[in-house]
Amino acid sequence: MSGYKKVEVTDLRLSYENQEVIHGISFDIEQNEIFSIIGPAQSGKTSLLRCINRTIELSPGATVSGSIKVDGEEVRDIHNVYELRRRIGMVAPLPVGLPLSIYDNVAFAPRCSGLSSKSELDSLVERCLRQSALWDEVKDRLDTLGTKLSGGQQQRLTIARALSHQPEILCLDEFSIAIDPVTTMRIEDALKELRQEMTIILVTNLVQQARRLANRTMFFWEGKVVELDTNEVIFSDSPNDPRTYDYINGIFG
Amino acid sequence: MPPNSVRFKAERPPPRRSTIAVVGESILETLIRLAGMSAIIFVLAIFYFIFKEAFPIFGSEEFSLGEFLFSTQWYPTSETNVRYGIAALIVGTMCVSGLAVVVAVPFSLGSAIYISEFCGPMAKEALKIIIELLAAIPSVVWGFIGLTVTSALVMKYTGAQVGINVLNGGVILALMCVPIITSIAEDALKAVPDSYREAAMALGATRWQIVYKILLPAAKNGLLAAVLLGVGRAVGETMAVLMATGHAVQIPQGLPFGWILDSVRTLTANIASELGEAPTQSDHYRVLFLTGVLLFIITFMVNLTADLVVRGIRRKQ
Repeated sequence: MSGYKKVEVTDLRLSYENQEVIHGISFDIEQNEIFSIIGPAQSGKTSLLRCINRTIELSPGATVSGSIKVDGEEVRDIHNVYELRRRIGMVAPLPVGLPLSIYDNVAFAPRCSGLSSKSELDSLVERCLRQSALWDEVKDRLDTLGTKLSGGQQQRLTIARALSHQPEILCLDEFSIAIDPVTTMRIEDALKELRQEMTIILVTNLVQQARRLANRTMFFWEGKVVELDTNEVIFSDSPNDPRTYDYINGIFG
Repeated sequence: MPPNSVRFKAERPPPRRSTIAVVGESILETLIRLAGMSAIIFVLAIFYFIFKEAFPIFGSEEFSLGEFLFSTQWYPTSETNVRYGIAALIVGTMCVSGLAVVVAVPFSLGSAIYISEFCGPMAKEALKIIIELLAAIPSVVWGFIGLTVTSALVMKYTGAQVGINVLNGGVILALMCVPIITSIAEDALKAVPDSYREAAMALGATRWQIVYKILLPAAKNGLLAAVLLGVGRAVGETMAVLMATGHAVQIPQGLPFGWILDSVRTLTANIASELGEAPTQSDHYRVLFLTGVLLFIITFMVNLTADLVVRGIRRKQ
């Protein structure tokens, strides 16, 4: 953690049609930290991530107000939205292997941004697959279809793909929902390594995962921030808000 | 059987479904099985009928298979020298259908991609309704347009002396294929999961990159099926080409482009226009049925090729 504010969110509001789902939240995410967002389903966590990389614009009827700044730059004013999305890696809850070979899956984003040198692509693909702890399992069959991999492997492929454009921010949206605990632990180890290089936003349903990985945790509920603090405070016996204690200890939610 | 298992069985509740439901289900199953089987029966029956009418021609002295396939002389009603050569008709069918497919496929795939990926929801609904309307226009109306409107345009802009020719028929046929190919191709693109689009979008791909790197490969089977249905339509269409191509038995001349301004006759149009006049059981009648067998074989080959290509693609995945 460097103290440099990578992402600044101020009074963010999001409505679908006429229903407001995020009610004016503000927080900062510091560079090189693992920032986790916990909270029950339907509280707006995924929508929040989609606001940051502006894929929310694809949902008809979604209106965003307030401000999200990445490196001090307002995302809504960024002209080249593809450039913004390349700076943010996004991993969805269910693995999405694009219908391409494993190699092409990882090389997809770099190729989209114009990289065509075979040797550079080769080394990039290998590095991303190593970072996501998948290289050893697939190095001999890089030309098979990504969709043929098992669920856990596909999720690691998704992570490798998200890393392939060397993002500054990596957003993981409940990445472990479809994979087994052993694979989850391997990915968690990989994330601890990756923190040296990038800022990680971890949305998770698993309170213990947030406790294991994050520097700071935000308890997000019904579109509002209940509490945001370092893990030492959030997971202590006396967080500032009693609802946080109740949620973390399984009394509600 | 051990005694405790008997007891276990006795304790289970009796089935609650009524007799009507149980019997009705098996009746329904039989009915849908019949419905499924009927497709095979109909195809076989049609093939048998056409072949039965055509087959005796092989016994006729006036007829030889070589002449039938390779001669351009089509004089079925000549008093002195009857000749049944359909090579010109085969070439005519190939020219008109080929031109139609070449014109229709890019247009249809383009509009399918536009409708499914680029246009707004309002325009999407409007376009889909209009394209379905286009598909509902009867083929004789297309033929009428070909005979009057487009043939005049062809004469005006190409300087051809006869407006009803390969170009005219090909364009009309293309217009007829476009709605079919478009709507099936659009369905194929719509069937690609949205998660692919979102994932590619989140990786910073532009809309066009998503289309040609993700959607086209993912939807290729459906797109191929759409194109082949279009080919089938183009080969099999009768009324519109009968009215729009000029109905002259000749091989179009002039390379590379001169041929598209010649009039031709197609296999289907030939059958449609002559079968009514041919005396039943005459050689002429049987040759027309043999042409039908040939058309049957052509469509069968197109479908078989499509099937093999799709299987090949699938195996590679």
